[in-house]
Amino acid sequence: MVPLNWYLGLAAFLFCCGLYTSLARRNAVAALMGIELMLNAVNLNLIAFWRHSATMDMLAGQVFTLFVIAIAAAEAAVGLALIISVYRNRKTVNLDELDMLKG
Amino acid sequence: MNDAMVMLNLNMQAILPQTVLILFALLIMMVDAFGSGATEEHAGAKGALPWIAIVGILSAGAATAWAWGKTPVSFQGQAINDHFALSINLVVLLAALLAVLFSTSYIQKVNRQIGEYYALILLCTVGMMLMGAATDLIVLFVALEIFSLALYILTGLHRANPRSTEAAMKYFLLGAFASAFFVYGAALLYGATGATQYDAIAFIVSNGQADPYLLYAGIGLLIVGFGFKVSLVPFHMWTPDVYQGAPTPVTAFMSAGTKAAAFAGLARLLVLALPAAQPQWGWILAIFATLTMILGNLAAVRQQSLKRMLAYSTIAHAGYILAALVPGTVEGADAALFYLFTYAFMNMGAFAIIMTLEEKVGEDALQENARGLNQRAPLLAFLMAVFMFSLSGMPPLAGFFGKFFVFRAAVNGGWAWLAVVGMITSAIAAYYYLRVVVAMYFEKPSAEREATVPHTWPALQIGLAIAAAFTIVVGILPSFWAGIMQSGFGW
Repeated sequence: MVPLNWYLGLAAFLFCCGLYTSLARRNAVAALMGIELMLNAVNLNLIAFWRHSATMDMLAGQVFTLFVIAIAAAEAAVGLALIISVYRNRKTVNLDELDMLKG
Repeated sequence: MNDAMVMLNLNMQAILPQTVLILFALLIMMVDAFGSGATEEHAGAKGALPWIAIVGILSAGAATAWAWGKTPVSFQGQAINDHFALSINLVVLLAALLAVLFSTSYIQKVNRQIGEYYALILLCTVGMMLMGAATDLIVLFVALEIFSLALYILTGLHRANPRSTEAAMKYFLLGAFASAFFVYGAALLYGATGATQYDAIAFIVSNGQADPYLLYAGIGLLIVGFGFKVSLVPFHMWTPDVYQGAPTPVTAFMSAGTKAAAFAGLARLLVLALPAAQPQWGWILAIFATLTMILGNLAAVRQQSLKRMLAYSTIAHAGYILAALVPGTVEGADAALFYLFTYAFMNMGAFAIIMTLEEKVGEDALQENARGLNQRAPLLAFLMAVFMFSLSGMPPLAGFFGKFFVFRAAVNGGWAWLAVVGMITSAIAAYYYLRVVVAMYFEKPSAEREATVPHTWPALQIGLAIAAAFTIVVGILPSFWAGIMQSGFGW
């Protein structure tokens, strides 16, 4: 069996990729993609923990993953809707140009 | 475990108030879809929507009162309806009631689809109530997302207003970002203990069987996730923008409800599932609380927009509440709960008055809009003064006792210096709250505002009366209300 730490390392790497994407990219859609990647890194973690746990008949890790997937889908739907509503107002989805609110 | 036992443990009583609200939210969407009026002015059955929402909120309140004293545990210990959860229900339902009363004739100008507005308020309330009831990491995460997703949409409800949509965009990106941290933390906690239920986690952590690296990394990430939701410094950057851009009734609801829900979830997680790790997380929380109290209050001083000022004041209040949770005692959880209760109505009342000062729907209310309010609308000026005094913590109003219990819990838990920081920063806070009072009573309105009288309507007046009555009555009878708001985890 592949050791647990390899999975954790891969998941942490994916999470950091998502983190970087969502912070560095100025396009709202790309930032949203970064967040989705972070959530999927978590899913990988959860499954790995479940696979290596002493109580594999308790399905908490798997069930958690299913909930995370469902919520990520809901989040993407709401997020894309908000991006469209911003685009209709401003004709841009560049996060740097969303600067009406500050002080 | 056999099937009969599984059936027995599916106890719907434990989530009865939430179920009632969901049914009413569905009813509102049905009425909205099938009861459309003939013209825009006469909205037909849609005029009844706020009243359906109010009936729903009151029914959920009745369900909460009915469940008082019973302790149904539900779904194999996923959720519990103990005293703490029921108290949070009351706080959140009060916030929802005030939000509906404040928005009746305001929200139609913001967005014609008022059906979805009221349905979302109710669904959001469901998520907030579940935060207080969750005793499992999965339920906690789902509850967090239910209310967050509803709030993202509510923030962007003023679709024609670029500020509203911009606020929603920022809130969504940072909120989703925080959720990812939160769920990463939950996953590590699951990895460290092999369990998602609080009692199992508490058992394994206190026996020292948990992997320390995973455990502390998980706790840290969970605190970061919560920190975004309750706007702790340094995770507060979104708060002023979102509060300023969102439609004002939504801002009011968000300030009271989100705080109550997220702190309820945090308190239950830390005090119930992770008491054994308090020496570690206590320090982290103490540092966050100190930063939050100092920076929140200092930043509020220089704001011209009233909504932005209250947003920074919200951040500061999050610091006070966090200070109560630092010792990890039940007394601290009680104090936080009482503070959340007092904060709900005094802050929402203040937002309601700011709403009347807006010259046009969706526009910002500045400090100068409040100038000379006493000459234009003496009653509103008086109520605003009451809310401001209460927020600054003047006795004998509700806010004073909120602060008193919080600081007492910190001192009794052995964190006296936190209480000292809290008191010093409260003095700074008094400056910007009282500046509004001075502007209302002692400054002259600018020439173009001399004759304008703030616009109010009956439902808003009822809501303001409720908020003001609570602010004064809770201040006069604090021990009675503190008795109701006693946490009693699992009784």
